[in-house]
Amino acid sequence: MTDVSSEVREFASREYQYGFVTDLETDVAPRGLNEDVIRLISSKKNEPDWMLEWRLKAYRGWLTMEEPTWQKANYAPIDYQDIIYYAAPKPKVALTSLDEVDPEVLAMFDKLGISLAEQERLSGVAVDAIVDSVSVATTFKEKLADVGVIFCSFSEAVQCHPELVKRYLGTVVPRRDNFFAALNSAVFSDGSFCFIPKGVRCPMELSTYFRINAADTGQFERTLIIAEEGASVSYLEGCTAPMRDTNQLHAAVVELVALDDAQIKYSTVQNWYPGDAEGRGGIYNFVTKRGKCAGVNSKISWTQVETGSAITWKYPGVILQGDNSVGEFYSVALTANHQQADTGTKMIHIGKNTSSTIVSKAISAGHGQNTYRGLVKVLDSASGARNHTQCDSLLLGGDCGAHTFPYVEVKNPTAQVEHEASTSKIGEDQLFYCRQRGIPEEDAVSMIVNGFCREVFKELPMEFAVEAQKLLSVSLEGSVG
Amino acid sequence: MLQIENLRASIGGKEILRGVNLEVHAGEVHAVMGPNGSGKSTLAQVLAGRESYDVTGKVLYEGEDLLALSPEERAAAGVFLAFQYPVEIPGVGNLYFVRTALNSLRRQQGLDELDAIDFLSLAKERMRLVEMDESFMGRSVNEGFSGGEKKRNEIFQMAVLEPKLAILDETDSGLDIDALRVVAQGVNALRSEGRAMLVITHYQRLLDYIVPDVVHVFADGQIVRSGDKDLALELEQHGYADLEQRATLASAAAPVVGATS
Repeated sequence: MTDVSSEVREFASREYQYGFVTDLETDVAPRGLNEDVIRLISSKKNEPDWMLEWRLKAYRGWLTMEEPTWQKANYAPIDYQDIIYYAAPKPKVALTSLDEVDPEVLAMFDKLGISLAEQERLSGVAVDAIVDSVSVATTFKEKLADVGVIFCSFSEAVQCHPELVKRYLGTVVPRRDNFFAALNSAVFSDGSFCFIPKGVRCPMELSTYFRINAADTGQFERTLIIAEEGASVSYLEGCTAPMRDTNQLHAAVVELVALDDAQIKYSTVQNWYPGDAEGRGGIYNFVTKRGKCAGVNSKISWTQVETGSAITWKYPGVILQGDNSVGEFYSVALTANHQQADTGTKMIHIGKNTSSTIVSKAISAGHGQNTYRGLVKVLDSASGARNHTQCDSLLLGGDCGAHTFPYVEVKNPTAQVEHEASTSKIGEDQLFYCRQRGIPEEDAVSMIVNGFCREVFKELPMEFAVEAQKLLSVSLEGSVG
Repeated sequence: MLQIENLRASIGGKEILRGVNLEVHAGEVHAVMGPNGSGKSTLAQVLAGRESYDVTGKVLYEGEDLLALSPEERAAAGVFLAFQYPVEIPGVGNLYFVRTALNSLRRQQGLDELDAIDFLSLAKERMRLVEMDESFMGRSVNEGFSGGEKKRNEIFQMAVLEPKLAILDETDSGLDIDALRVVAQGVNALRSEGRAMLVITHYQRLLDYIVPDVVHVFADGQIVRSGDKDLALELEQHGYADLEQRATLASAAAPVVGATS
């Protein structure tokens, strides 16, 4: 009996379940990046001049920036001239309803267990499905339109609601915010756009599935969600990517804006291809997600379950500008094999009596490296600001690692900032207790891990919580016997 | 039901069990008494399948080689251990845990799983046995439970899982007299023709409530004396010191059989 049980080793070497490639006719841009490629992307999307200008400014900014190296992740240098920046599946005819969607695309969603038809019928979730760069099917649009909610692809928003895009784009994540955000701003292909008008509670959960399909295509989504005064919305994002040997770059930007008394809840289940057992392949998930509580009493809540990607580099944050505004971050990050995750949040307290809560659960297995990195910043204007941070790490086996880097900057003496951290190994005692009761080791590990994550899972909308638990359980399958 | 022959167990090169011999029949309650550090709990752990020990010797359970089975297989065969120190499992609901356990056992036994509603009525009935408040069921397994609550929870689980061989490891330790009475009452209610119990304890007082058929005295990794319930009373009067002396003599005299690895 070694100290690493067979269960734990199996868990660490689990196989990716969504690694298939769908053969779609793809419309691609030439490899590499220059102003012509950006003009091509812009013209493919039939964008107005201001949009092209915005992209070009971002590109020129990006050229002057350096790729960051401070994150706790090791990877070979990325050749930005070896990436294809635009790929769209060619629709055979213009799409007006779900029936006309490429059957192969639908079959792919079926394989992922996300039957649009089924979701439409059973769950009442409006799904904006994105394959590579173009939104291929949008459901429930009419129903949402009845209450004034706009939920469409980002490209469509640029065409149909340019004044809203112009007013809010880049107000939370500026073009030159960081290297990857600048790159995204220059080349973003598509994404989702949501606008919830004053006083409207969005009548259903909004959901998007992103999927990288074409080989060697960086996917650069851009998502913008705006909740006006008193509006509220819950948005779900799920991701999977097929198995590839070369690493694929995924550099998304998500911006959330909450005005007075508005609430936005943003939930993510990220299950991009993590690479194989030796650490070959897998997605580089370098994402900038940020919300701005611009109005008083507004609230933005991030919940993420990160089980995929070779490297995750992501800090969904909240700028707490309005007085009494609330920011929340609930995270489960799991790293197995050679996965690396450097994730956490930034809570920037500007308004009075603003409060933030951070709950981070990190699970490491195999050679996985899991880092929590969080910034809590209280400016001198933020009297009465409060933060509570809790970081727990669970280690499975002896070759993995968990790290915590909390940054706290407090400029106001009335602020209260608390930080709690714990690291535990999945206990031999716990496993034995479960097994003595007849629960097989594999189920016991799954149960203990799910229990460890419960505080975060309970923040997820119901159907997502089930999916997240399934995802962890699936990850734990295939040991014993 | 249970036959133990020359059972030896060591951990990190240190021998804890030094040739245990014991036979338990269905329907019997055996008490194993002995001073701290004598190896009583190791015996319980080894029988339940704890993997940290190097074990030699023979254990037959209903004619099968118990030592060849994994902990979960032993559980499915009807072996239950009420832990001396029940572990906490944060975030896992107690009722959910017990239902998962019961259904895992039923699956291994080729029975249908109990659905949530049938399970709940079973659980409520068994909770009454140990006077357990229903509010415990929603809480995480043993998390924030007092010592007495943890022990009651063990007996509750035993009542739900209905084992054939129940090993109670120091179930009385840390209990006040009221809790002791409740726990003993639960155990007594579970005594039956087909069920054997091995009650491990340091103190005689538990045996005022759970009256054993056979009492064994454990010292220095061996059973040094066996007798009826009066033996426990004798121990109460004379203490263990006298016995330990006897154990030293016994092990010096014992032939060396089946050397440990």
